[in-house]
Amino acid sequence: MRTFLTVFLKELLDNIRDRRTLASALLMGPIFGPVLFAVVINMSIDRALDDAESIMELPVIGQEYAPNLMRFLESRNIDIVAGPEDAGGAAQAVKNGLHDVVLVVPENFGEQLADTVPARVELYSDEANSQGEKEGRRARSALRAYNQQLASIRLSARGVNPLLLRPINIDEVDVSTPSGRSAMLLGMMSYFFIFALLMGGMYLAIDTTAGERERGSLEPLLSLPVTRGQLILGKIMAACVFMAASLILSLLSFYVVLEFMPLEQLGMTPNFGLPVVAAAFFLLLPFILLGASLMTLVASFTKSYKEAQTWLSVVLIAPTLPILVVSILTPRPKLEFMFVPSLSQHLILVDMVKNEPLNGLHVAISVCSTLVFGAILTWVCARLYQREGLLG
Amino acid sequence: MIKVDGIHKSFGKVRAVQGVSFDAPDGKITGLLGPNGAGKSTTLRVLYTVLKPDEGSASIDGADVVTDSLSARQKIGALPHSAGLYPHLTARENVAYYANLCGIDKSEVDDRVASIIRLLEIEEFADRRTKGFSQGQRTKVSLARALVHDPQNVILDEPTNGLDVMATRSLRRLILKLKDAGRCVLFSSHVMQEVAALCDDICIIANGQVAIDGSVEGIRERTGQSDLEEAFVTAIQMVGDE
Repeated sequence: MRTFLTVFLKELLDNIRDRRTLASALLMGPIFGPVLFAVVINMSIDRALDDAESIMELPVIGQEYAPNLMRFLESRNIDIVAGPEDAGGAAQAVKNGLHDVVLVVPENFGEQLADTVPARVELYSDEANSQGEKEGRRARSALRAYNQQLASIRLSARGVNPLLLRPINIDEVDVSTPSGRSAMLLGMMSYFFIFALLMGGMYLAIDTTAGERERGSLEPLLSLPVTRGQLILGKIMAACVFMAASLILSLLSFYVVLEFMPLEQLGMTPNFGLPVVAAAFFLLLPFILLGASLMTLVASFTKSYKEAQTWLSVVLIAPTLPILVVSILTPRPKLEFMFVPSLSQHLILVDMVKNEPLNGLHVAISVCSTLVFGAILTWVCARLYQREGLLG
Repeated sequence: MIKVDGIHKSFGKVRAVQGVSFDAPDGKITGLLGPNGAGKSTTLRVLYTVLKPDEGSASIDGADVVTDSLSARQKIGALPHSAGLYPHLTARENVAYYANLCGIDKSEVDDRVASIIRLLEIEEFADRRTKGFSQGQRTKVSLARALVHDPQNVILDEPTNGLDVMATRSLRRLILKLKDAGRCVLFSSHVMQEVAALCDDICIIANGQVAIDGSVEGIRERTGQSDLEEAFVTAIQMVGDE
C-alpha cells in the first residue's frame, strides 16, 4: 500500500511540474473541444439567421416597370438597388461575382400583366456559388409569393375562390423538442469529453513505460524491493487523476460555452445544467480507468517516447469510431450497445442532453462493462510489466 | 555476500553469458573486468533481478535472485549502467522517492536522505531539479539513491563512465568507505587501472565466460605477467583459445 501511494504521489508531483503534461491535460483537451464547438455553432446560427431575417440587397434593372413588385419585395426585407446597365451587364456582373443575383424587369412587363399573359422577368444567379445559390433561392421564393398573390387577386376578381388553387394544405408537425434538436448537434460533445480525458493521461501513460525506459530510470526502479504490480498501479492511478481533472475542466468549459451561446435561436435548449454536468462526470468516470490502462498498455509495446506518441494518437481516435458509426446510422439506444465502452457513454449522454428519462439498466450496464474492461486491461498491464522485454 | 553459480543467459541467438561463477565476499571490493560486450552488464542485471538466468543460480546473502527476488532486492543497492533520474524532481526528492519505496520508516526518511546526501557530498545541488545535471552530478545522485536504504551489498555497473578525474576520485573514496564498513561491493569496469587501484578480488570475463578469477596477486602469478594489463590480455586470450 505504501509503495502504491509513494509511486502515486511521486507521479502526481512529477507531472504537475511537467509543462507538457500539464498543458495537454489541463489546456489542450478542455479548451480544444469547446472552442471548436463554439465556432461550429456560431456558424450555423449565422446561417440560420441569414435566411429569413437579414436584409438582402437585390440589384434590379427596370425597377420603373414594376413598382408594385418592388414594393412587395421591400416588404420582404429585400432592398432594391440600382443594377447594371442592361441584361448583358447583369450576366457579366454575376459571373464576376460583383453581384450574387440580379433581377431584370423588361419594358413590357406591365403590358403583359395587363394582358394576362405570363409576364416575363429574368433572374441571374450563379448556382455554383453557395452564397449566390442562397440569395437566388430567397429572390425566387419572394417572386413566387408575389406570383401567388397576383393569381389569387385575379381569381377573386373573376368570382372564383382562390382556395381552388390549393387542393391540399400541408400542416407539418415537428415532434422534436428543443432539447431533442440540440442532441443532434451536441452529439459530438461526448467525443470531446472522451478526447479530453484521454489527453489528460496520455503523457503519464507514455512516461510509465517508454518514458522511464528512455530516461534510464526504469532499471534502477525495478531493482528496488517492491513488486512491479504496485508500481504500475500507482502509475495508472496517477494517470487517472490527471484524466479526471481534464474531464472536469472540459465538462465545465462546455457548460460555460453553452451558457453563452444563443442556442435558442436555433430552436435548441440543451439540458446541460450543473446537475447534468455532475451526472456526466460520474457516467464517464469508469471510462477513465479503461483509457488509462489502454494507453499504458499500448505505450508498453513501443520502443521509444516518439513511437509511443504516434501510437497513442491512434488510441485517441479509437473511441470515436463507435460514435461515428452511430452518428451515421442513428439507431435508438439498445441494450447490447451498452456493453461497448465509449458508445454506451455517448448514447446515455445524448439522452441526458435531450432531457429524456434515463434507463437505469442501461446506465448500470455501461458502468459495469466499462469497469470490467478497465480492470482487465489494468491486469494485462501489470502482467506485461513483469516481462524482461520491458527494459527494451 | 554475493554468490554466482554457473549462470547462462541468451537473448535470441546471442549467448551473452555462458556459465559465469564467482563469489563476492563481504568487506571486500570485487571487480568484474572485461572488454565491451563480454557479459558484465548481463551478469549484474541478473544479480539485481531485472533479468532471469536461463540456467544456473545466484544469491544475495542467501536469498535466491529468482525464487526469492524480493528479499534479494532488499539486500542490494544497484547502480545500473547509465541510470537516469527524474528531471522534474530535485536531487533530494529523487533520493527520498527511493527511500520511501525501500520501506524506510517514514519518520526516518528525511534524516536518512540528509545523511546520504552529506556522505556523497551533493548538498550543494541537492535542492535543484536534476534536469541539466552533469554526468558526475547524476552519477552521485543515482548512487545516493541506490545506497539510501543502507544495503549490505552494492552493485555498480561501470560507475566511473563519463566521470572526470575529481569525480572518479571521490567515487573511489566512497567505495573504500563502503568496504571499510564491511559491505560487499561488486563493480564492473573495462578500465584495467581502475580495477587494479581498488579491487581486492578480480573476475575477468570474456565472451560470456570467466577467464580468470582471484586476488590481484593471484592473477599476476597465474598469468605469469607482472603487469596487470598484460595479465588481462593473456587471460582473455586463454578464453579465446579454448
